[in-house]
Amino acid sequence: MTLLSATSVSISIGNKLICRGLNFELSQGQRWGVLGGNGVGKTTLLKYLAGLLPPEHGKLEIHGKPLTVWNRKALARELGVLFQDSQDTFPTTVMETALSGRHPYLPFWSFEGETEIAIAGQALADVAMAGMEDRQIHTLSGGERRRLAIATLIVQNPRIWLLDEPTNHLDLHHQIVLLELIIRKVTAVQGALLMVLHDVNLVSRFCTHAMLMIDSQTIICGPIHDVVTRTNLERLYRHPIRHIQDNGIGYFFPE
Amino acid sequence: MRARTLYILSGLCLLSLVSIVFALSIGSMEIGLQQVLNALFSDQQLLESRVVLELRLPRVIAGFMVGGMLALAGCLMQVLLRNPLAEPYVLGVSGGASVFALLVMMAGLTGIWINIGAFTGALISILLVFGLTRMGQNWNPMRVLLTGVVVAAGWSALISFLLAVSPATQIYNMLFWLMGDLGYARFSGFSLVVLLVCLGASLFMARSLNLLTYGDQQAAVLGVPVNQLRYGIYFLASLLTATAVMQAGSIGFIGLIIPHLIRIALGSDHRLLIPASVLTGGCLLIIADSLARTIIAPQQLPVGVLTAIIGVPVFLALFQVIVFKQKP
Repeated sequence: MTLLSATSVSISIGNKLICRGLNFELSQGQRWGVLGGNGVGKTTLLKYLAGLLPPEHGKLEIHGKPLTVWNRKALARELGVLFQDSQDTFPTTVMETALSGRHPYLPFWSFEGETEIAIAGQALADVAMAGMEDRQIHTLSGGERRRLAIATLIVQNPRIWLLDEPTNHLDLHHQIVLLELIIRKVTAVQGALLMVLHDVNLVSRFCTHAMLMIDSQTIICGPIHDVVTRTNLERLYRHPIRHIQDNGIGYFFPE
Repeated sequence: MRARTLYILSGLCLLSLVSIVFALSIGSMEIGLQQVLNALFSDQQLLESRVVLELRLPRVIAGFMVGGMLALAGCLMQVLLRNPLAEPYVLGVSGGASVFALLVMMAGLTGIWINIGAFTGALISILLVFGLTRMGQNWNPMRVLLTGVVVAAGWSALISFLLAVSPATQIYNMLFWLMGDLGYARFSGFSLVVLLVCLGASLFMARSLNLLTYGDQQAAVLGVPVNQLRYGIYFLASLLTATAVMQAGSIGFIGLIIPHLIRIALGSDHRLLIPASVLTGGCLLIIADSLARTIIAPQQLPVGVLTAIIGVPVFLALFQVIVFKQKP
């Protein structure tokens, strides 16, 4: 079943064209990895897919309804986003931040009750942050903030997960553990995910499909084994790539 | 969480009542607490009772509302501009109000006309900043802040100009008004409606305000209609500020420190922060006003001086405690 669909979508930021006539469907059970050089517009594309901006041409739809027409609260129950970085101007605690993921499920003037606190507590435990509930978020390290943001998304529990460099600031162990966790959560709700990553090998390990953003005219979409090839990657990064086989799994490294 | 909020708010309501009674008993005429309660609840014919009911009560109630409005406007502005230094006057609302109030004074008008002038000036400034920043598209807090600050600087230059060309006999009144003074404040139904409507609306969007502190995009993907919310905040905060300035001139400091004080003491959850700020702002302003009326009696000080004299040390002390507590 198609969860999110893009039909001949054109996007530009300022005077820079990001993509023209992009067609793509995010279906149940799929995990997409988005690869591309710096400044090619991966984050911008993600913002459009999240319905934060209306595309200049074409249609972005969930359940056949354009994203910009969706009520934001209803949309937040369908689609969640992990941004590259988080802001904090005023002091808040880890628990308060994790609870913010419940916002789309609660009526306006309502407090989070036992249920919500239990859900948030479980999500914090999932990302190995149990016991840090009362910490102020500005005292957290970069990796801990990242894990808190992932926990908030787990609390939000949408079907469509859009992740912008989820492994940023994470150590090797947490990269693998958290990506596995995210995939378990997405599978549990029969959802789909799309993540921007810079590590080709993480994409080939965790994704079913890939989108290579070579330039605004050339965006290659398709199943991972058809798309993530040495030739395509060399074209994508304009850098020679070496393909190494180990135990039947291929790995890509820059020359 | 709900229970904690209710306990704290009940406590603050009680504190507000105590402050109001205290403020009623203080003044050039000594009136004991017993007599204040007497005046409020039973005998209303005694001289003391009439002083309390006719002279002091309107000013105290108006002062409480002004304090509440400023504190609430401060909370909203700080979230809107995502800047801890934001306060109700930062975008020039009070500057516009002051220029028009001074013009009215120069024209020789008094009383309600000054209030009307101030309110008009505030509205003009609000719309000017709104138009200049084209708030609908491409919102950027820093640009709004800069535009507002520059507009405020323009008003401030105009104020200096007006003071320079005014006759000496009017300068005293003008300065008093500029520093913020409850002498002009009267209980008005309009202020009450503004305060209650804005408080209600802010509480209604309190959880969305919490999310907005995480950034516009984060708030949007968690289900907040960010653009509508921003218009709402801007106009609520502006209306509150305009009404407060109309009543009492530019009383400084309350709108800046009360929200921070409450954040430090009770946390950043707007469901508690907003009502607690309104009550605390009201208390601080009427206590400061009582002192302003009596400290160097029979002369009166502008209340703005007192809010700063009380507010600065309290705030700095609390801030030190927090910094100390957070040391690893």
